[in-house]
Amino acid sequence: MLDTVFWPLVKIVVLLNAVMISVTFMTLLERKVIAWAQSRLGPMRVGPYGVLQAFADPIKLMTKEDITPANADKMMFTLAPILSLVPAFVVFAVIPFGDDPLYYVADINVGLLFLISVTSIGVYGIILAGWASNSKYPLLAGLRASAQLISYEIAVTMTLVSVILTAGTLSMVEIVEAQRETGWWIGFIQPVAFVLVLIGGLAETNRAPFDMPEAEQELTGGFHTEYSGMRFGLFFLAEYANMIVISAVVVVLFWGGWLRPFPSVGALALLDYIPSWIWMFSKMFLVLYLFIWIRATLPRYRYDQLMRIGWKVLIPIAIANVVITAVVKVLL
Amino acid sequence: MAETIVFYTLSVLILGLAILVVTAKNAVHSVVALVMTFLCVAALYVVLEAEFLAVIQILVYAGGIVVLYLFVVMLVNLGRSPEEHQDPRRLSVFGLGLAGAMLLEVAGIVVYSYNRSASTVTAPAAASPVQGNTQELGWLLYTDYLIPFELASVLLLVAMVGAIVLAKRDL
Repeated sequence: MLDTVFWPLVKIVVLLNAVMISVTFMTLLERKVIAWAQSRLGPMRVGPYGVLQAFADPIKLMTKEDITPANADKMMFTLAPILSLVPAFVVFAVIPFGDDPLYYVADINVGLLFLISVTSIGVYGIILAGWASNSKYPLLAGLRASAQLISYEIAVTMTLVSVILTAGTLSMVEIVEAQRETGWWIGFIQPVAFVLVLIGGLAETNRAPFDMPEAEQELTGGFHTEYSGMRFGLFFLAEYANMIVISAVVVVLFWGGWLRPFPSVGALALLDYIPSWIWMFSKMFLVLYLFIWIRATLPRYRYDQLMRIGWKVLIPIAIANVVITAVVKVLL
Repeated sequence: MAETIVFYTLSVLILGLAILVVTAKNAVHSVVALVMTFLCVAALYVVLEAEFLAVIQILVYAGGIVVLYLFVVMLVNLGRSPEEHQDPRRLSVFGLGLAGAMLLEVAGIVVYSYNRSASTVTAPAAASPVQGNTQELGWLLYTDYLIPFELASVLLLVAMVGAIVLAKRDL
């Protein structure tokens, strides 16, 4: 009873709180990094160098008035933020943050597929938010979002097939173990797949340059235009939690998860004294920083460009990558 | 014991949500109930220890096909209040006949499989050389069920080509 119910529950509570706290600090980091990229200071008022801004923002969101538009579909309007948040949090169950069973909630044998399928549920939150608001711009944003997510999901899933072929397993823990055994991080074997998953990940989390569903300038904020207070906060939380998920997936699949750099070089065994979860978190931080950096650097794609890249560039490359990987795997 | 409780809870949920799919006045509500039904069916697969099928169920049905349903329903249903049935008895004879045939079929399957499991102990299929849910499924698909599998993929390809030809008349 203690092992099957109590400890997993403790882990889940700790994990969810950790995710929420990291999301608040992610928003601070994002504002700071973008400010530095634009030669500004960013938030400076709350606490030293604006550090406490991370707590001021959630408090502001929670104390704001929660408005439901008169003509909105009440049930779906309430359901939509929950539907987008829950999948984003559920997938943390299969992400291994360290080498010990202590650092992950579950190691299931279809871990990677579980992750793909649960994240694909998140799109309902966005579509239903757009529809239930009963307003023009959110509806357009919801339609765009669903088209975008479906298109890029195909490319990402196809790409992940080549990673699964390379690792020979679907379990997240065993994918990292496979990288330790061969001594090669999959990112070096499958650089094309890494770039594809990174681009697809940006598109699936609605991040710049693919933040078409939000597009402040043309859709007045997109699918969450009509949301206020903490319900908007839930969408926000879901988006950033998804970013953390994508960074963890990229690190686990391509950059050796919790492994130290150069796992096959014996001379660097000294690095093993650093706990495995520190490696995992540092690598995730680098990927998240890259996401923010991209947002500060690249302009947004136009909608037709976005669809063209998804269908005519990413998917053919992904399919070619799978075929080449399979052929090489058979020949070797 | 725990399995029985989970099974019956899921069954009640699945049936209740399925009834909601047909009775909901608003098409979008129907579609959302349909998604929930698919998720509960996936949970049922997990109880049967078919994790791969469960995940594929979510990925293909809940995450893929129903999103397209929702897309279409939203586009078609814009700004119009939900339709009321003109005549509640229309096609009721046909519908009753169809439901009766379905019920008979299910009953037949139940009786047949019950008799079969009672009379003959089915020999385990030829031991596959691989372990694990996913590997075993892949092994069966590419050995015993190779021809149906390939036929299904050809059929899907034909459907895809057909849809593109219908949508773009001037290729």
